[in-house]
Order: sequence, then structure tokens, then C-alpha cells
Amino acid sequence: MDFRGRLAFTTDSYVVSPIFFPGGDIGKLAVCGTVNDLSMAGAKPLYLSLSFIIEEGLPLSELSQIVDSIQKTAEGAGVEIVTGDTKVVNRGSADKLFINTAGVGVIPKGVDISGNNARPGDKVILSGTIGDHGIAVLSKREGLSFSTKLESDCAPLNGLVEDMLKASSNIHCLRDPTRGGLATTLNEFAEQSKVGIRIEEDRIPIREEVLGACEMLGLDPVYIANEGKLIAIVAAEDAEKILEAMQANRYGKDASIIGEVTAENPGRVVMKTCLGASRIVDMLVGDPLPRIC
Amino acid sequence: MKYISEFRCSELAEGLIHQIHRKSKTPVRFMEFCGGHTVTIFKYGIRQVLPKAIEMVSGPGCPVCVTANADLDKAIALAQIPDVIITTFGDMLKVPGSRSSLQKAKADGADVRMVYSTMDALEIAEDNPTKSVVFLGIGFETTAPTIAVSVLQAEDKGIKNYYVLSMHKLCPPIIRAILDSGEVKLDGLICPGHVSAIIGSHPWEFISQDYNIPCVVSGFEPLDILQCVDMLVTQIENSESKVEIAYKRGVRPEGNQQALKLMDEVFELCPAQWRGIGEVAATGLKLRKQYQRFDAEVAFEIEPGPACEPKGCICGEVLRGVKTPLDCQLFRKVCTPQSPVGPCMVSSEGSCSAHYLYGGDFGGQNSARSRQRGKASPRAYKTKLC
Repeated sequence: MDFRGRLAFTTDSYVVSPIFFPGGDIGKLAVCGTVNDLSMAGAKPLYLSLSFIIEEGLPLSELSQIVDSIQKTAEGAGVEIVTGDTKVVNRGSADKLFINTAGVGVIPKGVDISGNNARPGDKVILSGTIGDHGIAVLSKREGLSFSTKLESDCAPLNGLVEDMLKASSNIHCLRDPTRGGLATTLNEFAEQSKVGIRIEEDRIPIREEVLGACEMLGLDPVYIANEGKLIAIVAAEDAEKILEAMQANRYGKDASIIGEVTAENPGRVVMKTCLGASRIVDMLVGDPLPRIC
Repeated sequence: MKYISEFRCSELAEGLIHQIHRKSKTPVRFMEFCGGHTVTIFKYGIRQVLPKAIEMVSGPGCPVCVTANADLDKAIALAQIPDVIITTFGDMLKVPGSRSSLQKAKADGADVRMVYSTMDALEIAEDNPTKSVVFLGIGFETTAPTIAVSVLQAEDKGIKNYYVLSMHKLCPPIIRAILDSGEVKLDGLICPGHVSAIIGSHPWEFISQDYNIPCVVSGFEPLDILQCVDMLVTQIENSESKVEIAYKRGVRPEGNQQALKLMDEVFELCPAQWRGIGEVAATGLKLRKQYQRFDAEVAFEIEPGPACEPKGCICGEVLRGVKTPLDCQLFRKVCTPQSPVGPCMVSSEGSCSAHYLYGGDFGGQNSARSRQRGKASPRAYKTKLC
């Protein structure tokens, strides 16, 4: 074992409903989520633990399908699952299956990635289309099913981060915009780093299906969850180099520079709209509720 | 044609904006009636790109916002009756009534369920034959037909435990009430797109004929609104006042005859309580006599207690277009989306919420604006008491 560098340690719980969704399942999500948590600190993910809380009555076939998916995802991401646990609880005490994870990784020397590190002039890079996961899951949710070919973007991003770090170590902030979406992550960076962030609406890649579903439900794609995307804030001089490295990776092929860090409007995210006007992009407040008409 | 990205195209928008600037000479005030339009206007910064001669004011077209506290209190009181399941569109959950909200009632043990369609509410009624399922009938002409269908289906299927608390409101007559009040002088009206998809464009004609105010029915994308403003400006500069449709992909002059027939079958006109405006005759819908057994107000004894408004909240004036959220002393200091005082801050289509979320006063310069994110003032609690 090579533990040179700083150790990164993370834990998370996965309670997604439904447990199978287009493009993934709760097992794949648990592995990817944990791998991504570590990767966003610049760490190379190494070992994971997984604990299952199973509601009585979950078909064994479904459990075995999820375990297979976990194995396949872990192999793909190059991480080992070294320990785990299983508990069965009474019907009604859990919703089919909950998974708790922990993950350990190592941050290589010279890598200093943190939400505090954004500096005016830095560029903001988004690794691909937003909202795919949230809308794919919503489309299968009880009481709301609508038909779409959309699949969750659920993916391990450690390979992408590795490629980015090979291109340049001038990466200041990295985060995967999961719950709360792009808007929430950018607001977190702006607050933590005490800088403003200006993005351009036209440069944010969004699939037509996501736009359509969001319009129908009255949701804003910038607040919709992603599970296989990252936002990087990088030094301007290396932005193109990092972007090229991202576009060469399968999980970053639609990457785009969507804006920059500014000294003005500290703590604020401002978006240049498609009309050339400016608007604030605020934090998500509560759960987005579908509108009446 | 995918109907979304084409209507957000920068190049086309630039052309339209240029055209509006070229044509616009007379200072005018346009009202967008619909909350959906208000959101588009703020989300895309449309006020910023229009000529200074064009002033935009928001109207009362947010169904949640115009629901009076007296009606909200009824819904909350119904939720507290044992064995009653309240089904509602999501927007209603957080709106504070006089003393509580549906969300608080739910936290206290009431069975309140968010549904996406009246058909889901009917299904809940079928699945829970020993309970009474009440659907909160909120909204304008857009939602009323779907609720009419649920009542007709409940009758067809012999579902006896389904009820509707009808708080529906009608758009054209309330515009007349606003114009007659003389509080706001309007030079043009952006008519609601979804409402007009049901009622058509003819019901707006009295505005252009009786009040000489140009009307254009608009869609909800930024280019729809720009095209609508362009058409309004053209009418103004040509000294015309007529009703036009800038949303032909969604609205026909005669509307949706089938939906109108369903509405008429189930509902009849009644007075309605509008927040900030009060009771206005013939602006509401109640169930016709032959469907009265589905009427929650008839089936249950509801005693919500006296309704009262939060002190200092100017939602009523905002809804009449007399004031803007920026005129409110509570706005952003006490009243925030995290801790809303009035309904216009709760609803996703509310004017206060749109101002807050998208920075209605934001021109890129006022960075010193203080924010109290997550820090509700101690006054917030007092303000909510009445």
C-alpha cells in the first residue's frame, strides 16, 4: 500500500427512490457517489466500505442485481470494496434498501483543492450536461411517471480528475453538483472563497429532454441533481489545457467553460441570460415544488 | 421544432430587442397578468433589456398568491378533521394562512398529500374507502377543467369519498375589477398564455374595446414575451387597441371548447375572495347544485376562525400592481423564501419570490446589498402572529 500524500476519508448514505432508475441503481450510485466525494478533494480513491439496511421483503433477485452493479462499478472505477455489513429491518422501517458507505483515498503531493481557493480571474468549467440524473429519477417516481429516453449520468469521476490533474495542478476548486445542482455548488464556492462568479446561460450544456421536463414541471435545471458531473474552478492560464484533457475523457466530452470568478459581487453568482441581461442565481431553498399551472 | 431552445435564441432575441427599441417612443406601462410571465421576465432579465419608456408591472396572476387567508384557513381546518386526507398541488403546502400552513398541519399529524393531477387524488380516494379525500381546487381557468373532470369521473365510478374545496378564480373579470378601481393606469396587457389556451382570446376583447388597452396573449419563453411586447408597442405607436395572440402554438381565439364545456357542466359562477382585493362578484367558481355532494364546504362543517393578515405584509398591493416587493419593509429582511411571511414569497410564481430569487433590482452594481440568508430576524416570529 502506498499512502504517500494526505489521507482523504468520506462517508455518505444513499436512500434514492426508486432504487432502480434509467441509467443506474442505488448500488451504482453509492459507489460513484463515494468515489466522487474523494475525487473532488483531488484524492485517488482506493478503498470503500458498504453497509446495507434492507427492508424485509426486498426480492433477493433485486438485491443480487444491485450487488452485481456495485461490483461492476467498483471495478470500472478501480476501487476495492474492503468491508461491508448487512442489516434487515421490519417492513416499513426502511424503504426497500438504504446503503451507507465510507471511502478512503490519498491526495497526491502538490494538490491543493478546496472550496476556499477560487480567485478572481479563474475560469469555471462544467464537465457536461446538467440535470440528467435528477430528471431521470423523477421520471420514474411514483405518481409522476413520464416517458423519456433520458438516463442518469451516474458515473465515477476519478479517472476524469486524474486526467485533469495530469494536464495541470492549477485546479483550485472541484465539486460534483449533486443535490441542489449547479447553482448550489457555485454559490458554495462564491461564499467559501468570498468571490463573485459570473456564468453565461448560453454556455451551460443542457439536453433538450431535460429542458422539456423542467418546463413541464416548473423546475429550473440549474437546481437539478447530477451524479456524474463536476465543476472545476481553475487558473485562467491553464483553463484551455484542462478543458482539452476533460474533453478527451468519456465523462467530460461535453465539458465547457461556462464563466469566470470575479472580484465584484462577493458571495454572489450572477448569470448573463440569453438576452444579455443579468440575473442572480441563488441557493436552492427547500425542495423544488412543481407548480400549479 | 423542439419548442424550447428556439424560443431562447440569443440572436433572435437581439433582433427583437433592437426592433422594440426602434419602435418604442411613447412612455407606457404594461402589466403581465400571469405569475408564469413574471418569472420569465425576471429569470431572463427582460426588464433590463427593454427601453426606459416601457415600465412593466406584475399583476395578480399567481393562483396561490391571490388565495385569501380565509380560504387557506378553511383548507387547514379541513386537514385537521379526523379521517380526512387533503390532496393538493405542491405550491400550496408552504403558504401561511392566518395561524398555520398545510405543511405545519402535516407536521402536526394531518394527512396532507401532494399530487400532480386530480386523477391521483381520485386514485387515493379509491384506495382509501374509509377516509374522505378532499382536493384543494386552486387555480384559474387552467386547472378548473381538470377538476371538473375529476368530479365527473368520481360520479361515473360511484366514488363517494371524494370532495373538492373549490377556490377557483377567473381571470378576465378580475382584470375588469382592477381597471375599474383606477389604482393602476395601464397602457397594455400581457394576457396569460395557459389561461387563454382554455378560454381563448375572445374573453379579453372587452379590455381593448371598453378601456382602449391593447392586449396580447403571450407564451412563457423569453422570445414569446419579447414578441408580445413588440406587438403591444406596435399597437401603441399605431394608436390601436385590439386583442392579438403571440402564442399561436398554444392558443386559439375560440379556446378549448371541450374544456370550457366540462367547466360549465360542473361549475357555476360565485363571488370569490381575492387577497388584497376582497370579495368580487362572479369571479369564482363553485360546484353546481347537482354536484353538491362533492362540495367539501357542504359535506364538512368547517370552522376556521377569523382570518387575519400578517402585519406589514403588502402582498395585496403587490398583487394589484400598486406596489412592488421592493416597497415592502419586510422584503428580504424578515420575509425570505426560507421564512416567508406572505404568499407572494412562497409561490414559485409569486412576484416577491421572483424578485428575491432572480434579483429584481439587480443591475450588476448593487453588490453591497446585504443578505440575511438563513438568518431569520427575531421579528419574523412576531410578524407571523396576527
